[in-house]
Parts: sequence; C-alpha cells; structure tokens
Amino acid sequence: MTPGTSGSKGTIRVLQLYPRDMNIYGDWGNALVLQQRLKWHGYAPELLEYNVGDEFPDEVDIIVGGGGQDSGQLVIQDDLQSRAETLRGLAEDGTPMLLICGTYQLFGRFFKTRTGSVIPGIGVLDVETHGTDERLIGNVKITTAEFGEVLGYENHSGQTTLGPGVEPLGTVPKGTGNNSSDGQEGARYRNIVASYLHGSLLPKNPAIADFLIRAAVERKYGSFTPGDPDDRYAVLAREHAARRPR
Amino acid sequence: MFSFSVPLGKLVRRVSRLRGGGSALPGLVVEKIDPGFMQRTLSTLPHGVAVVSGTNGKTTTTKMVVELLESQGLKVFTNRTGSNFTRGVAAALLGDVDWRGRLDADIAVLELDEAHAVHFVNRVPPRYSLLLNVLRDQLDRFGEIDKTAQLLQHIASKTTGTVVLNREDPRVARIADTLDGPDVRYFGLDDSLLSTFPNDDELRAGPGSPAPAAVQQKPPADVVLRRVGPDNADFEYDGGTVTTAMKLRGVYNIFNAAAALTLARSICGSGAAAADQATLLTALSRVAPAFGRGESLVVDGLPLDLVLVKNPSGFRLGLKSFPAGGYATMIAINDNYADGRDMSWLWDVDFESLRADGVDQLTGSRAYDMALRLQYDEVTVGAVNTEIAPALAAFIAGATDKPKRIFCTYTAMLAIRRELSKITTVEVVS
Repeated sequence: MTPGTSGSKGTIRVLQLYPRDMNIYGDWGNALVLQQRLKWHGYAPELLEYNVGDEFPDEVDIIVGGGGQDSGQLVIQDDLQSRAETLRGLAEDGTPMLLICGTYQLFGRFFKTRTGSVIPGIGVLDVETHGTDERLIGNVKITTAEFGEVLGYENHSGQTTLGPGVEPLGTVPKGTGNNSSDGQEGARYRNIVASYLHGSLLPKNPAIADFLIRAAVERKYGSFTPGDPDDRYAVLAREHAARRPR
Repeated sequence: MFSFSVPLGKLVRRVSRLRGGGSALPGLVVEKIDPGFMQRTLSTLPHGVAVVSGTNGKTTTTKMVVELLESQGLKVFTNRTGSNFTRGVAAALLGDVDWRGRLDADIAVLELDEAHAVHFVNRVPPRYSLLLNVLRDQLDRFGEIDKTAQLLQHIASKTTGTVVLNREDPRVARIADTLDGPDVRYFGLDDSLLSTFPNDDELRAGPGSPAPAAVQQKPPADVVLRRVGPDNADFEYDGGTVTTAMKLRGVYNIFNAAAALTLARSICGSGAAAADQATLLTALSRVAPAFGRGESLVVDGLPLDLVLVKNPSGFRLGLKSFPAGGYATMIAINDNYADGRDMSWLWDVDFESLRADGVDQLTGSRAYDMALRLQYDEVTVGAVNTEIAPALAAFIAGATDKPKRIFCTYTAMLAIRRELSKITTVEVVS
C-alpha cells in the first residue's frame, strides 16, 4: 500500500460500528478525536459508518463501537452475529479497535440478562457479562501500565468478568469498573482496547487515541511518525476531572 | 372535618421561610404526619389535576398552561417554586390552602420531574397529562432514555381524561399505542421545522451521516406549529392558521407553546371553561420565559442573554436559536449533581456555528472539558477560568461594546445570576 496524496502521510479509514443504534452518550467524541488527531499527526482520516444491513466496508484500519441501551443491543444482535467472522478476522489480524460499554459486552462470549436469558456475543474477547439490578454510575479513575492514569465516567448495570484470554485495561482506585468485586476495568487483547468508560474516553485520554492511531498506521504503512498535537487543554481537563467527586 | 396537620404544616412553612430554608421541608413534615393530605386536597378540585412532564421545557410550559387557563377565568393552583417533587407539591399546597385545608382553585397544573411523577400519579391519578419529550439528560440518574420513556408511559396510563403527546418525539408518540383508557391528543411541528429538533435517535449524527429510517404515517395533531418568526409564530388548529406575536424566544419554547395550547384547549373543551381562542392567543403572546430559561438582562446598556443548557438537544437548539454573529459569547459548564456529572454530553453537541466568532470566555468546574471540546471542533477560545465570578467580570469588561450571551448549566446559571445581581437588576426567585 502506498501513502496517500495531497501532502498527507497516508489515509486511515476509521469505521464507526452501529452508530445509529449503539451511541448512548458521547460516543461521537471518540470518532471525532481519532479523526482530528489523525490530521494533527499528518494523516488523512476517512470516517465510515456501518449500520444494521449495510455492506461491510473494505480496508478498515480502526474500528470504534459505542454504548447502547438494551433496546439498541437487541436491534444489532443478529446483524452483529452475521459479521462475527469478519470482525474476529480483523481482531486477530491486529486491527486496532476501541469498544465501549455495550459494544465491549457484545464482543465478549455472552451477556446473561437478569432474567436468565443468554444473549450470545461474538467471542472476540474472552469475557462474560451478567446483568444485575445494580447500576454502577460515576466518575472513574483507573491505573494502567500502558496509558498511565485513565479518566472517564461509567454508567452500566452489566458486570463483566475477564477470562484468561484477555488482560484488564487497568485497576480501579476510584469507581467500580468491570464489576463490583475484582477491582479491574476494561480489557486488552491484541490491538483492542475495551472499556466501560464514557466521558468521552479518548478526548481526555489522548494516549489511548494515539495508541490506536499508531497501531493502525504501523499495520498499514510499516512505521509511524507522530505529529505534535497541542494537548494543553487535555492535560488541564484531566487535572480538573481527577479532582471531581465520584 | 378539621385536620391538625394543615395548621402545623403552615406553621413549619412560615418558620422555615423565616430561616430562609428550602421549599420542601414543610411538605416533608405534612407528608409525615398526614400522608393523605395532598391526595385529599387535590381531589376536591372541580377540574382535577394536570401533570406536565418530560426532559426539556417543563417549567416554561407549565407557566404557559397556567397563564392560558387563567385567561379563561379559571383559578389555577401550581407549584411555582420549581420544586417539582411530590414534597414540593405538598409544600406549595400548604402555602395556598386556608387554615382548614381548603384549596380555592378550579384545577391544579403541576410540573413533575419524570421519576417523581410516577410516585405522584400512583397517589393522585391526574385528569390530564402533557408529555413533552424524552431526551438524553441526567442519564446518570435514570440510566437509559428508554427507562425515562417508561416513566412517562406510566404517567399516561394513570391519566383518567386526556393525554397530550408530542407527535414528533417517537418515544413519546409511541405511548399512545399502550393506552386504552384516556383520550389522546397530539401537538406537532411543520415538516420544515423538524430539522431544528433532532430527536434523540438523530442526535448521535456526525456531519454527513445518513438520515434515520423514515417515520411512519403521523396522526393528526390538535395544534401544529407551522412557522417561527423573529417575534411571532403561526399555529394551525381547527382547520385554520393564525399568526400571533410571541414574547418567548427560541424555537423550542415556541414548540412548547403548541403543547400548552393543546392542553389548555383540552381542559377548556371538556367543560372547564368556554375556550375563547382570541383571549387564549393573547395570553400566549404575553407569556415570558420562566426563571433562568432564556432570560435577557441589561448590562452596560446592552443585552446579556442567559441561555440554560442542560443536555445535548437543549445545547444544540440553543446554538441554533441564538446565532453567534455580533455577540460576545461565554460558556459556563458545571458538573454538580443538578447539572449531571458526566461530561460525555458535550461531545454530542456540534459547536461549528461558533467557529467564525470564537468563544470569548469559558468557566465552571468543567471549563477545561469545554475548552477541549471546542478545540476538537476548531473553535478558538479566548480565556479559561474555572472560577465563575472572575470569569464573568473579565467577560463583561472585555466586551463593553457588544451584546453578550452566556450558555450555562443549571448551577452555573445560579452562580452567574448571583454575580449579575450585584451590577444589574435580576429577577428574584422566591
């Protein structure tokens, strides 16, 4: 593949997964941050959408999926199963993905609802989720090895447990995270970052955005030469967010 | 029957007012000692109770309904202090009943928060309900918007007379399918205005996103808002279209005027009063916005507009209704409980309309989240200061020759009004 024209170092195609049905709160922020930071790093972003019934696009470089209400998850469930093979292939092949909340759950093995019915996931991630009556809501701070301190906001009633096939994204000094028992938040597998955190996640955690971008560029063009984004507001927004109550 | 609870409650109300206390404490006291007080008092009203609920616009719409009904000669009881919880209703009742517990009113029109309305209607089934919209707001309280829609459905199902629904909000309009008791009436919008009101399913859209699937055949509406002008609007009802002057600003307020008109017509039409269309319209044209909802103050001889923004649809509508050109702009974002703690909502608002003129000043506990948001929409930011008082002073000092506009969350608005009251006349809320 050759780098793109018009002065950019190459084109990166970012696919929003089910933005129509899985977009509960600020998920557009993650797509926007990838789009703008790609530009600031000197690459040409191309934003794509995949909704229920669409043709699945070729040459996808980054995938982002958002949170969904229970109703949204029901709407996409069959379509997602029909794309399971494609998505598993992309994941195994190192395609960077950001999977938030509802999409995180559905990329796991299954979601068992409170009433005991089991919604199958697509098994990209070795995780399982159990619906509860307890809603976990509030500001969250997690400690990660790869991205330092990660800040966000959680709002979920499904509780997720990790299997041996994935690593946690981090541990939780403030907030709840995956579930109310083991103090872990999110999941990491190959180039996938999965998390319950809204906020939106990427604006105040540019290290994660740049990880996804670097992985996409290296995969497509062999090497990544970063630009120089101005992250002063991100630094200040993080300082103030970290001091806010739960 | 003489009840001891009313004089005691009224006494607590007086004492707590003297102490400058909250408006709900006397309500709490009377609820404790006399749990049947509210239900008993409201059930004596000849035309029953009308409940107004929904995410956006409850306060201004309730105010409109009250003024419309008063224009028809009805005595209306309402919870004016904005205390839209059950206890607040009980407290407001205590202020209005006589010492024997009698309420001199024909009808009660009550603004109720969605979650509290559910408890209220279980105890006092309303004769009328008006359900405005379901939008992403305070998801940290209610979890999901489908859950909020269920709360509104419950209010509708307990309504004994007429339910008035927003035809253009799919989650609200669908409630009609679940009802078999009450009559259903709709208020609606002209197709040409629909794009100004993205419903919640359209909110996610980034630029260039495809439109969602076409909506099915719409039911006829009792009142349709056809056009909004700079200081007037066209409403269609009874087969004709009338133009009326409007003191309210902002398309969303004027759409809520169609909602208020529909409810007032239902109430009058069912025998409460002979609805006189001319006096209804005159009353509508005179309604001023409720406290803090789109107020215009004067500072240094120039207008300063306060625009309350509390969720993405409200912020989008605010930006659309009040174009930036020629104005100095400040944005104040707090994240206290009443504002919502999650900042995700800022990412569902499109700020491109501010790009040409930039934003002069940012403030509030999440001023830097706002700065970051604007950076990603390529909007220039003048100054950022999380402290509201100095930020407001700098904003006013820096734009003495321009009209000014401040977009603010609820608690930021309270702080800004407090500061402004030191330099200009600000309406005092009781």
